[in-house]
Amino acid sequence: MNENDKKEQPEKSAESKPRFSLKAPLAGALGTLLGSSKARVGFVIVMIFVLAGVFASSIAPGDPKKYVGKPNQPPSAQFILGTNPQGKDVFRQFVWGSRLSLLIGFGSAALMTIIATVVGMMAGFYRGIVDDVLNFIMNLFLVIPGLPLLVLLSAYLKPGTTTIIFALAITGWAFNGRIIRAQTMSLREKDFVAAAVVSGEPALKIIFIHILPNMVNILVGGFIGAVIYGIMSSTGLAFLGLASTADVTWGTNLFWAQNGGALMIGAWWAFMPSGMAVAIVAFGLALINYGMDEITNPRLTAERNVNSVLKKARIPRMRATPVVPHEH
Amino acid sequence: MRFILRRLGFYLAALAVAVTINFFLPRLLPGDPAAVILGTQASKLTAENLKAVREALGLSDAPLIQQYVTYLNHLFQGNFGLSYTYFPAPVTKVIANGFIWTLLLGSVSLILSFVLGNLIGIIGSWRRGGVIDSVLPPLLIFIGSFPAFFLALGMLYTFGVKLDVLPISHAYNNRLPQGFNLPFILSIIEHMILPATTSVLLGIGGWALGMRNVMVSVLADDYVTMAEAKGLKQARVMFRYAARNALLPGVTGFGIALGAVLSGQILIETVFSYPGLGFLLINSVNGRDYPLMQGLFMMITVGILAANFFIDILYTWLDPRVRAG
Repeated sequence: MNENDKKEQPEKSAESKPRFSLKAPLAGALGTLLGSSKARVGFVIVMIFVLAGVFASSIAPGDPKKYVGKPNQPPSAQFILGTNPQGKDVFRQFVWGSRLSLLIGFGSAALMTIIATVVGMMAGFYRGIVDDVLNFIMNLFLVIPGLPLLVLLSAYLKPGTTTIIFALAITGWAFNGRIIRAQTMSLREKDFVAAAVVSGEPALKIIFIHILPNMVNILVGGFIGAVIYGIMSSTGLAFLGLASTADVTWGTNLFWAQNGGALMIGAWWAFMPSGMAVAIVAFGLALINYGMDEITNPRLTAERNVNSVLKKARIPRMRATPVVPHEH
Repeated sequence: MRFILRRLGFYLAALAVAVTINFFLPRLLPGDPAAVILGTQASKLTAENLKAVREALGLSDAPLIQQYVTYLNHLFQGNFGLSYTYFPAPVTKVIANGFIWTLLLGSVSLILSFVLGNLIGIIGSWRRGGVIDSVLPPLLIFIGSFPAFFLALGMLYTFGVKLDVLPISHAYNNRLPQGFNLPFILSIIEHMILPATTSVLLGIGGWALGMRNVMVSVLADDYVTMAEAKGLKQARVMFRYAARNALLPGVTGFGIALGAVLSGQILIETVFSYPGLGFLLINSVNGRDYPLMQGLFMMITVGILAANFFIDILYTWLDPRVRAG
């Protein structure tokens, strides 16, 4: 007994170290993220808004919901971004709005990724009835129109941050779930999984400890896509007046501006900051994904290498396989 | 054939789930749904008001399963109740009206963004590193990053308010006699320009990028090199040989894109007060018109499912491998 234990232990720890920890793959994902200039730019953009949200009280001190002066004032020294139709300070709204908007975006994305990972990996790993049922559920959520369901949900449920995070997660997880399922199905055929199965490891351990770390890139990419979805959809809902109008988010800022007819009187400054913030954050997140894709997708990397070689050799890009002359 | 039947079965199951969601959502509300729904006016409510709402929602004291059967019965008879906001029009009639406009705006903008996006993708991948390939994709991603309603507001402000060259709301000129005559049709087109352009701008980037990525790998295939080596015309190789095969994943994407297009269109319709299903849906929620809201969700879901089924059929026709499998 004792001997057996001793024999097994070193083997186990040697085997478990690389596989049990998510650190290495996460660090790898971070490495790829910072390895691309596109992704770096995106990362900086997103971080600026995250920091603005975290330090909102020192960047734009004061209550963003307070009436501060005459409505619809253009930007001035007193109000950097002017006032909105309700006489609120647009700059405060804009800075404070990033806090809740990003919280909803990242919160719902985290929830979506968790649901997608659990359901997608289960469906991909098990075959037969489990896969059939889970796959059916995923396809179902994919095909039922998201925004109408969101609208319906928010009409019946009490508006609030938690409600919107859950509603977004329910309507938005399936897309990633399908991608994760497909990836799990292909990883399932790999030798290391077969080895784990043969050595009698429990299925859940194989799924989450052996397979999961091998698809961190996909999970991170899916997570970022989910953040975009979360921010976009929650802003849209709030703009339609379907979120709690007492909260300060970019969406509710736009709702109030529209509600007061800011565009009709030409008060574009009430719209621009919050709307541009959503667009720039979404663009930053898309850049991160785009940059990561460029690095992790061997086809795109190969293409970039070929392009740079061709450029150096001053050969115009053409369809047929080019022959690069040796420089002597 | 078996493939199509299987898909049909799936869509019917999806429809059943949507119907069930529609049935249970109002019943998930704590307390008496009718009272919650009438909410703010609760103090002025008479017992009769409450009863009317309960009837409209198919709520009764009968066991849940019996209510469900009654609800299904009404659905099959096409009975969605009467709309509150457009009282006394039946929900079905209001929806039928909105459906025409959504279908018109949706199909025009979807076809335009599909064709233009794929063209950009094809030409961009053909001339990799050229202007179309290096400038357009990032620009289109950036435009696609705007929330649909914000882009719509921007268009409305620029072309409708500032320049004042295009109408900013509704789908046609009210003062013109309706019917198949030139001025009326022209006014429909004029009213469609802003919402359709917004929708196309939002959607085109996705198509272009998707097409480009598939084209890049198809162009590396031997048969394309062969076609070029034979000295076929560039356009022929590009469209008849490469693009034709690269189009397949895009067609599958069409079904999934429909949902996103529809979401965008709901917001666009609302901004431009375009009298389609999305505009009606938001109005029904704001006006607490629950029968109309439920009917709209049903109708939108049926529409999306039907469109997906149509795409499946189209796909089997385009790709014989699916038929065999």
